[in-house]
Amino acid sequence: MILDQKMLRGLVAGDRQADRIVPPTGFTAQLTLFAAGAMAFLAVFALALSFAAGRVADRWGDELARTSTVRIVAPAGQATAQVDMALAVLSTTAGVESARALTSEEQQALLAPWFGADLALDSLPVPRLIEVREAQSGFDAAGLRLRLNAEVPGAFLDDHTRWRAPLVSAASRLRLLGWIALALIAAAVAAMVTLAANAALAANAQVIAVLRLVGATDGYIAKAFIRRFTLRTLIGSAVGALLGTVAMLFMPSAGADASFLTGLGFQGATWLVPLMIPLLTASVALFATAFAARRALEALS
Amino acid sequence: MIELENVAYSYGGGELLSDISVKLAPGSFHFLTGPSGAGKTTFLKLCYGALLPTAGHVRVFDADVRGLNRDAVAGARRKIGVVHQDVQFLDHLPVADNIALPLTVSGRGAEAQNGDLNELMQWVGLTHRAAALPAELSGGERQRAAVARAVIMSPDVVLADEPTGNIDWEMSQRILRLLIELNKMGKTVLIATHDLSLIRAAKAEVQARVLRISNRRVQLAGADL
Repeated sequence: MILDQKMLRGLVAGDRQADRIVPPTGFTAQLTLFAAGAMAFLAVFALALSFAAGRVADRWGDELARTSTVRIVAPAGQATAQVDMALAVLSTTAGVESARALTSEEQQALLAPWFGADLALDSLPVPRLIEVREAQSGFDAAGLRLRLNAEVPGAFLDDHTRWRAPLVSAASRLRLLGWIALALIAAAVAAMVTLAANAALAANAQVIAVLRLVGATDGYIAKAFIRRFTLRTLIGSAVGALLGTVAMLFMPSAGADASFLTGLGFQGATWLVPLMIPLLTASVALFATAFAARRALEALS
Repeated sequence: MIELENVAYSYGGGELLSDISVKLAPGSFHFLTGPSGAGKTTFLKLCYGALLPTAGHVRVFDADVRGLNRDAVAGARRKIGVVHQDVQFLDHLPVADNIALPLTVSGRGAEAQNGDLNELMQWVGLTHRAAALPAELSGGERQRAAVARAVIMSPDVVLADEPTGNIDWEMSQRILRLLIELNKMGKTVLIATHDLSLIRAAKAEVQARVLRISNRRVQLAGADL
């Protein structure tokens, strides 16, 4: 077993003399640093995507699940009466916390993005809207529809199920994609470090032969390589994660009208999560190098 | 200490060594001679566990090498100093660090700082070359550095494969004297060489058994040496 507690303690404590036994390899070292940095940079964005998608899914799921809309489509002279009738029905419906008709100004604001702010609602056959807030217990949508049909002919209940489900599903998928991207990045780091470690071990077959001749154990030889690649990956990914986090700081801030893109980033304690990326990639590098070293040393014995 | 019992070693379909039984007793001095390609290096590698016999048993410090895992072989090698025919160093490290390498890999690197290393380098006459890289050394200096590395752990056994190859007579004598001195300190020494004059020179100073590899077998050499 190449990796054991003693080995891990040795890796953390370090050994300057042992570190020197592996010849310096400038170009490979720079490539490993660069690749680790690039992967960490991408990992920050994948994390941000996941968190943002998660927040959107939660918000859409939570907010839309607790509201419904009653639409009144009636001739101009009957609209107000039907709104009152619908409000009366809603006020006696179990599970309805509150119901209120949107004002003309609110309806105008809803339509403003398409028709402009100076739209005269009276000139268009715009339906009247009632916002319904559900109590925690929820209401019986099918029963309410039947009552509204019977008592308010122009009323239609929309409990948002039709378009809430695909939106929440899309956001959840996006969150999942973010995590898959992170897993792929970790796998790519493992593959990259394994390849680099394999190349280094193969190039240093003579060094390994000399070390064995003077009594070095496989654990000692492996430790020298593992420590070197783990440290390189740690340094490279720390720089990459830092740059990625700084880049996230410069993303447009999420205001009151935050869309998905403007909300892409970290909030609150999640800003600390990118700190985990260098530790995660270094751990991946540690195990990948240990795996490569064990195979190489067996092959060279 | 090191014992070969009915050992055979085959390589590439042919038998290189056959039915060899040799015992290297503590404090003994042996020469191993024979023509080039006779199997001297193979014999030495069998002695320190770098090769496993295809038949028979090799016992190193009373343990059969076949039963040793790689860590145990590494442990045994710390008690056996090896001077290789093609002297191998870590080319990126200075001579002093190369000589101290056995201490470093056994976690005793600090001991190299406390004067032992300087004393040893003085003994092999390399103090002035401590900071040089191996590639900057002459053949004789490399051989002496290899001897110093082989003995820095104060091993019980020193195995030297052609330690005087490719160096002049004066330097050969100097290295031979180093090995004889080690033997007088109680170390077991085995020198593989095809240089009969070296053997004659040694026999004047130390009681040495001379083994000869001939026709894949090892036999005690007679008075013709």
